[in-house]
Amino acid sequence: MDDLKAVIRDYVVKEYLEEGDDRTIEAETPLISGGIVDSFSMVSLKRFLEKKYQIRIPDEQATPDAFDTVSRIAELVERIRKGAPVTP
Amino acid sequence: MFSAGVRERYQQELRGIEEAGLLKRERLIQSPQGAEIRVEFPPGAPVKQVINLCSNNYLGLSSHPEVVAAAREGLDARGYGMSSVRFICGTQDIHRRLEERLTEFLGTEDTLLFPSCMDANAGVFEAILGEADVMIADRLVHASIVDGMRLCRAQQDTFKHSDMGHLEEKLQEHQDKRVRVVITDGVFSMDGDVAKLDEMVALAERYDAMVLVDDSHATGFIGRTGRGTHEHRGVVGRIDVITTTLGKALGGASGGCVSGRRELVEMCRQRARPYLFSNTVPPVIVAGALKVLDLIASTTERRDKLEENTRYWRRGLAGLGFDLKEGESPIVPVMLYNAKLAQDVARDLYAEGVYVVGFFFPVVAKGLARIRTQLSAAHERQHLDAGLQAFAKVGAKYGILGKGRKEIVETYGA
Repeated sequence: MDDLKAVIRDYVVKEYLEEGDDRTIEAETPLISGGIVDSFSMVSLKRFLEKKYQIRIPDEQATPDAFDTVSRIAELVERIRKGAPVTP
Repeated sequence: MFSAGVRERYQQELRGIEEAGLLKRERLIQSPQGAEIRVEFPPGAPVKQVINLCSNNYLGLSSHPEVVAAAREGLDARGYGMSSVRFICGTQDIHRRLEERLTEFLGTEDTLLFPSCMDANAGVFEAILGEADVMIADRLVHASIVDGMRLCRAQQDTFKHSDMGHLEEKLQEHQDKRVRVVITDGVFSMDGDVAKLDEMVALAERYDAMVLVDDSHATGFIGRTGRGTHEHRGVVGRIDVITTTLGKALGGASGGCVSGRRELVEMCRQRARPYLFSNTVPPVIVAGALKVLDLIASTTERRDKLEENTRYWRRGLAGLGFDLKEGESPIVPVMLYNAKLAQDVARDLYAEGVYVVGFFFPVVAKGLARIRTQLSAAHERQHLDAGLQAFAKVGAKYGILGKGRKEIVETYGA
């Protein structure tokens, strides 16, 4: 789980923070409600997770709420991985 | 039926918007649009004459006598309304003439009018793209583009604002898609910066992608002859789709268009739902817009004056010690960072006779609240000097002159 969180955090930092943005991203940092990731841009994070972990995150589960912190995203990925994985 | 419970639910939601400080209230303007306007705000308050620094009337043509006269002639010659969508019985000769004139002005292959640029953006993606394609947009594109992309079945992606390295990564990632489209604003409405269209076009050519630009805050005045961002960046003829508006510099009434490659414009004529299912642009607006194109194609005087006004205003505000977003467009954002401070400064400026609006999250990113000032060719030096005087007074009151982001945030919070 910690590895998973680290992967997600690293992706968020690389994909969403501008150069010179010194905000730190912790497991509980609010991403969408905190204005770091907007709902328009979060689709690349979803696609990254689907590709990396060979899963499909149903659109109805990829909500701004479920994607609001690294912890919640990791929980969602874990839940889907424990279920029947579907190759995207 | 609108039961008491349902009413209460909406009232509660509206209270929530108000408590969050996000309730929008219109100000009643009792004059034509211009450098100075007469405003009643709040409703019932005495009418006040103020300098307008927040309209998109970039070329000062919204109330230009020749445009008004041409619109009036159009009203007499072609009537008030068409009571039809374009493809049934809503296309007059002047609609097609305006499309041809826009094509010529923008240096494209063909043009299709829409009721607004919001409608053009809402319709264009769905009309030209399908599930096998991908749209790659700058993260700061206008809300109407975001909505248009959401209505389209093509895959979506975004790149960091104006970051060509990030865009290149995305283009590489999406090489397996059928069609790639890079999407950007020409001039970004909240920041006033100009897209790097030259670099973007070079990348698009390298990675076989189309480029779509919303040039609403550029058409008529950006570039040496005001053709837009593509002229400014030296890529006329290499942009595949331009969407733009008649509702800003080009007379400011309403109407927009999709202009670009002939086949893409034709796809919009066949498939774009806001084109197919909403009324034609009223003849009076078409006639006014034709006159606007006559005026701006015959001389660059107005865009030159706007450029000079922008230089003077930017130099003036910077000289007073305001923290400005860098840029070369007539959108000059004064950075205040804190949402309440932006609203307080705007309110005090209004009391001093200057009409501006504070913008804050979610319109702009959290902690980047600002007052967006916008210049016009209608402004005379006396308007700008009076505006600078008011800014100096209010800036001193809040102790923000000569202060940067760090110091403002330390005093007022982010």
